[in-house]
Amino acid sequence: MTAPQAPAASAPQENQEPPRAARPTRRRGGLRTAPSNWLLAPALSFFGVFAVLPLLGVVVLSFFAWDGLGTPTFAGLDAWFTVFQDPVTLNAMKLTLLMTLLCYAVQFPLSLLLGAFMAGHQRYREVFSVLYFLPLLFSAAAVGIAFKALLDPNFGISRAFGLDILKQDWLGSSNLAFYTLIMVISWSFVPFHSLLYQAGIRQIPASMYEAATLDGAGRVRQFFSVTLPQLKYTIVTSSTLMLVGSLTYFDLIFILTGGGPGNATRVLPLDMYLTGFRSYQMGPASVLAVILILVGVLMSLGLNKVSGSDAMESQMEGA
Amino acid sequence: MKPVTRRATLAGLGISVPALVTLSACGGGTQPTGSGGSPSSLSVWALTGAKQDTYQASFDAWDEANPDNPFAVEFFANDSYKEKIRTAVGSGNSPTLVFNWAGGTLADYVANESVVDLSGKVDEGLSRTIDSIAQVGQVDGQQYAVPNNDTQPVVLYYSVELFEQHDLTPPTTWAELMTAVETFAAADITPIALAGQSVWPELMYIQYLTDRIGGEGVFENILTGEADAWSDPAITSALESIVQLKEAGAFGSGFGSVSADAGADAALVHTGQAAMLLQGSWVYGTFKQDAPDFVAEGKLGFLNFPAADGGTGDPANVVGNPANFWAVSADASDEVQELAIQFLNEFNLDEAMVDNFLAMGAIPAVEGLEDKLPDLDDGDFLSFAYDMVINAPHFQLSWDQALEAAPAQELLTNLSQVFLGEKEPADFVAAMNATLGS
Repeated sequence: MTAPQAPAASAPQENQEPPRAARPTRRRGGLRTAPSNWLLAPALSFFGVFAVLPLLGVVVLSFFAWDGLGTPTFAGLDAWFTVFQDPVTLNAMKLTLLMTLLCYAVQFPLSLLLGAFMAGHQRYREVFSVLYFLPLLFSAAAVGIAFKALLDPNFGISRAFGLDILKQDWLGSSNLAFYTLIMVISWSFVPFHSLLYQAGIRQIPASMYEAATLDGAGRVRQFFSVTLPQLKYTIVTSSTLMLVGSLTYFDLIFILTGGGPGNATRVLPLDMYLTGFRSYQMGPASVLAVILILVGVLMSLGLNKVSGSDAMESQMEGA
Repeated sequence: MKPVTRRATLAGLGISVPALVTLSACGGGTQPTGSGGSPSSLSVWALTGAKQDTYQASFDAWDEANPDNPFAVEFFANDSYKEKIRTAVGSGNSPTLVFNWAGGTLADYVANESVVDLSGKVDEGLSRTIDSIAQVGQVDGQQYAVPNNDTQPVVLYYSVELFEQHDLTPPTTWAELMTAVETFAAADITPIALAGQSVWPELMYIQYLTDRIGGEGVFENILTGEADAWSDPAITSALESIVQLKEAGAFGSGFGSVSADAGADAALVHTGQAAMLLQGSWVYGTFKQDAPDFVAEGKLGFLNFPAADGGTGDPANVVGNPANFWAVSADASDEVQELAIQFLNEFNLDEAMVDNFLAMGAIPAVEGLEDKLPDLDDGDFLSFAYDMVINAPHFQLSWDQALEAAPAQELLTNLSQVFLGEKEPADFVAAMNATLGS
């Protein structure tokens, strides 16, 4: 993509100033194959200062004991042992894993189907699309506060319609709160992934569907034999974002339950925050941060590997 | 390297970068985030909310009298302030005046020499404040902090209307409380509104019950870090009383979702869905704001927490927040420290500030208000709460403030599990004993 731009830009110059001898050699050597690596410098320096440097700080801090006041004291692997022996943290790991899987299981089919619907040409489709899209426009804090009010057992939906099934202690029951959160999280993130799928489906050439129709494939068959295979890389992207993103679920949970009731919704990112900024145990909190970083990086690398990194190119050529 | 591979690598990084940035931003905390104070000028951070205007007015008054040395003022919400101030103080970027809750955090500041000893320097300011409350600002007998706002005892609010409808007398003993709970539960009214999601309102129960059953000494042993101090029978007995209340249906079934942030617990009382509420004196302001008629028509009653049967604690004891405090940062230059001390002596809790607090139904932590209170709009409540504080043999600072941060969090989590029925009192005691001396 980048290579063709260089000759295009330099072509007029070549026509205007043919006599100068010194310049063409450089042009021919450097610019034709790839842009200079120096173009990476601004982005890399930002990445270095704001991502890598704090990251190293966190790794270093995980070997210290520090309560936010005074100077950190070296504690070796103490914080690491603390974290892996702490039942609260182990429970948080379990909850995070469960939340990742369940959120994926809920979000993936919903956003794929909504995306397929939004990509179609049905009547009123656009009205529905706008409605589905709305949650994406709200900030997580606003969504959290609104749902907290909505799910209040005394003043929310529990009493609003007189239906017994709605009369639940949505966020206050240890059994229910976790699943309520998954519902709210999915509600907020499905629109984004639907949008990805909608765009992906719109890219599929109509000729493929025409061919499928000629071959006698019905709508369901077309979905599974044309749409789904053609969406392979959209699915990989969306899945990576969903899975890695689930390691950062924080704001909604923080506002809705704060990790409670008890420890029922204290997932890893929240556990890290509460350990660091409520209990002021910066050592163990840094250990949790390091774990989250490692898992996040491994997961996105792994998913990239599965998808085949050289296959990140568009597969439209085959169409 | 082929361009294609490089692009693929970048795509891989691109996905993980936002995650990394978010994570490290949360986990690091090594960098001071606030603008902080400079050592050479006066600065202060205070809390947003109803009292914000009162603080602002007192800083404005100072600025007017000292135009050469004005205060740089910033306001923060409660939770974000608590998270910010600690790193600011720890990294030497603290504002000159450090708003605090005394207790464990102040002791930490003192141990790190982050705040200055004010003993003997703020006598003029302290001559106005209630002695027992000013003492809360002492660490090891030295005055490090000065009360700066209202005193906040925890009060048992009740709906006069509901008690009259069910022929009940407002409870002054445990037996009366249990009778009221059983009567209301049978009538399908939540006996006591409890904001279980916020967890800290649950502390008020264990604090009052422990005090009524075993006196203030029980928690003092815990504070001094005595081994197995949580095993005191008064603690177990208090926890069992909590379980007894819960099993009698005292808090209704949905208390775990009720949050105190937006006053949902108070709303249950003024909408007639709950009969009682154990909450801080600041909730009176919430009632006044959310249900002015309910308060004006005299439907809101208030009591001290009932006495325990056979308890050794004085039923006149009070728990809550004696007040909030100002400390002076040790990072400030000597000259700025002097200015801050001058402010504490001349402007803090002066007459104008006291009047502002009284106008909002809050009781400033100053002496000699007895004669002034009954004539005010909220005279009944103000007199009641003021007498309660003045006559209290002991005013226990909220446990989560008195303890250091880590055990305080442990306490909140374990207590919420007892309320939820997930933890037995014995397990609570074992878990809390493990935090002692750590």
